[in-house]
Amino acid sequence: MSFLDYAPAPESRAILSLRDSYGLFIDGEFVDGRGTPFQTISPSSEERIAMIANANEADIDDAVAAARRAYDRVWSKMSGRDRGKYLFRIARLVQERARELAVAESLDNGKPIKESRDVDVPLVAAWFFYYAGWADKLDHAGLGADPRSLGVAAQVIPWNFPLLMLAWKIAPALAAGNTVVLKPAETTPLTALIFAEILQQADLPAGVVNIVTGAGDTGAALVAHEGVDKVAFTGSTAVGRAIAKQIAGTDKRATLELGGKAANIVFDDAPIDQAIEGIVNGIFFNQGHVCCAGSRLLVQENIHDEVVERLKTRLSTLRLGDPLDKNTDIGAINSREQLDRIRALSDAGVEEGAERWSVPCEIPENGFWYAPTIFTNVQTSSRIAREEIFGPVLSVLTFRTPQEAIAKANNTPYGLSAGIWTDKGSRILAVADQLRAGVIWANTFNRFDPSSPFGGYKESGYGREGGRHGLAAYLSPAPIGRSAAQVTAGRSGAQRRIEGADASAEASASKPKPRARRAGAAKKGAAK
Amino acid sequence: MSRLAVPKTYKLYIGGAFPRSESGRTYEVVAADGRFLANAAKASRKDARDAVVAARGAVAGWAGATAYNRGQVLYRIAEVLEGRRAQFAAEIEEVEGVSRAVAAAQVDEAIDRWVWYAGWADKFAQVAGNANPVAGPYFNISVPEPSGVIAVIAPQDSSLVGFVSALAPALVAGNSVVIVASERFPLSSISLAEVLATSDVPKGVVNVLTGSPAEIAPWLASHADVNAIDLVGAGGLDWVSLEIDAADTLKRVLRPENGPDAAAPALGRITAFTETKTVWHTKSLR
Repeated sequence: MSFLDYAPAPESRAILSLRDSYGLFIDGEFVDGRGTPFQTISPSSEERIAMIANANEADIDDAVAAARRAYDRVWSKMSGRDRGKYLFRIARLVQERARELAVAESLDNGKPIKESRDVDVPLVAAWFFYYAGWADKLDHAGLGADPRSLGVAAQVIPWNFPLLMLAWKIAPALAAGNTVVLKPAETTPLTALIFAEILQQADLPAGVVNIVTGAGDTGAALVAHEGVDKVAFTGSTAVGRAIAKQIAGTDKRATLELGGKAANIVFDDAPIDQAIEGIVNGIFFNQGHVCCAGSRLLVQENIHDEVVERLKTRLSTLRLGDPLDKNTDIGAINSREQLDRIRALSDAGVEEGAERWSVPCEIPENGFWYAPTIFTNVQTSSRIAREEIFGPVLSVLTFRTPQEAIAKANNTPYGLSAGIWTDKGSRILAVADQLRAGVIWANTFNRFDPSSPFGGYKESGYGREGGRHGLAAYLSPAPIGRSAAQVTAGRSGAQRRIEGADASAEASASKPKPRARRAGAAKKGAAK
Repeated sequence: MSRLAVPKTYKLYIGGAFPRSESGRTYEVVAADGRFLANAAKASRKDARDAVVAARGAVAGWAGATAYNRGQVLYRIAEVLEGRRAQFAAEIEEVEGVSRAVAAAQVDEAIDRWVWYAGWADKFAQVAGNANPVAGPYFNISVPEPSGVIAVIAPQDSSLVGFVSALAPALVAGNSVVIVASERFPLSSISLAEVLATSDVPKGVVNVLTGSPAEIAPWLASHADVNAIDLVGAGGLDWVSLEIDAADTLKRVLRPENGPDAAAPALGRITAFTETKTVWHTKSLR
């Protein structure tokens, strides 16, 4: 037994009281789905956890109708103060049931319990707490006085942070006065269904939040539904693109959080110990199942060998295994499908001439696993430097000058996040200025906070989640009564808009409103 | 004895130069009473692509200029336009068939909108951005940055004020623009390009195409190096198809607007072509 070997320290599953099967959560009740139910399994053992209802189009109709009723009759009429109180209740209930949610999340998703316990679930509570306080302060959201909710929001979320993505979607939507139909990912529906029980405990009015489980076709039916006013999607760029096409020409507004291929730039004067930890956290956090993962390491050429050597040493101390074990650093890959994709892209990297190194570690017999892997000698044109792998695989590239680092970092259709490591403050700010990415971490990586806007440039999508900007994504400015005469009155017309409409792209016009939707999406306090 | 006038050849404006369409095509622009006025250049797909290349090349310099500087350049446009009020009023009177007073009012409004937007250049970031009180030892700030290259289909029923109203806000944050002028009233747009060329606007920051929006817009909507498209003047086109084309590269899209209210001054028209960047930095005494 070396110093690296620890006795097992599994978190107890006794805290869970799971049902054998879960229905859809529609209009405040669990109901049977009309599609063929499917099972959700633990990716670390492939054992069955529960049967999950599958929503077909009729079920989506019911859910959207319930959300519409709740919007018309209850939620849009409720005071902001009371909406906020419900959200505060939810935040507290999440805190009370935090351990149970963490265990369920690690069981269903495969992520280490230390992450679900210390990152995911605390952030879920924080998200509800943050947006709870906004509910009665919407006049200050940056859209002028008396902004309006949008109506029914269709929200489709991924499997990498199942409950956290739910919180990112539901909290701002409800604070702004919208009602919700949310579809969790097919492989990770469990915590959303426990969350539905929390909503019952909170006595949230029926229909304000509806949760429909199913696969991609369920999500597509939801997004396409005529009764939906807003689409919020987190997932792949391919699906985001399809959604953008599908809703073109409709009045639906959209927020899309899509893929990324973040550069993590390490200069030779970086605090190297912290940088190594930051690189590891950047790409191996949550098995690399992170859209903003620092999957392209750009390291200054003169410290390349040292950094790679130290990375290998550090990675060799990571413990891969049972997600419920408190000592586990690397959990299971979420699904066989994802594992196959990681393998295929890694093999492509080898074929394209990159050098593969994987941590020599024991891989459990059952379940889906992939040892932390580093590719060196990677060309910028290689698939592993261009495509999102969404797994624990790091591609290492080099640069000589800051200009080269910036050019390589920006050489991607994505633009979600980036990292900068250097001790020189002025260089951090200058490089941050030139990186085309929505979130930039300097001397840190993968930090999230409900007050901090998150979202991408370019093909990483549009819209922001988190902060005031994330709230604006669920609001439109109050209609302004303005005559054409006032418009041509020039500055006075303009002046009115500043007062009434201010930062919102939606606000740009009153009558024939410039649907700043996509545009607005990515914007500032603006449209979203 | 009356003097024989010297008519102007109206060409495109790409990368700071005034080329004819590479296609060699022109189309007739006529006055409100049907009189021949000019042969305007009919831009092709290749012209549009050249314009995008010019615009992309200009982004770094324009976005990298200080906000104070951009504000001054935009204000300079107003100054130079003011000095040519009579020329523009006469041009508008002729093509739109309105009275001199109405034409002059349109020019004045256009000038005033340049002034209004010029003033926003060093202010909108303070309104659209903010510090974020994150729960940890981090400095965290969100700021709006230009989206990059913006394609604009200018309002089609106005010669100058619509064009300016769509163009000016896209420039404020530091974007470069490829703008397709009104098909029927393209002359003021090219005359305005002469103003831009003499107002310290760096070459390539604004590129003006005249011709058929229906022909050019699909190339711009699908161009992978265009970051956003403003369809404000595309109401008469199949704009839903343009929006679908734009989705392929996840462009930001502003929708058509109609009537005299189209593209009216608004902070939202500036922020529509920006991206929120959030920067985190650790705080430590060590």
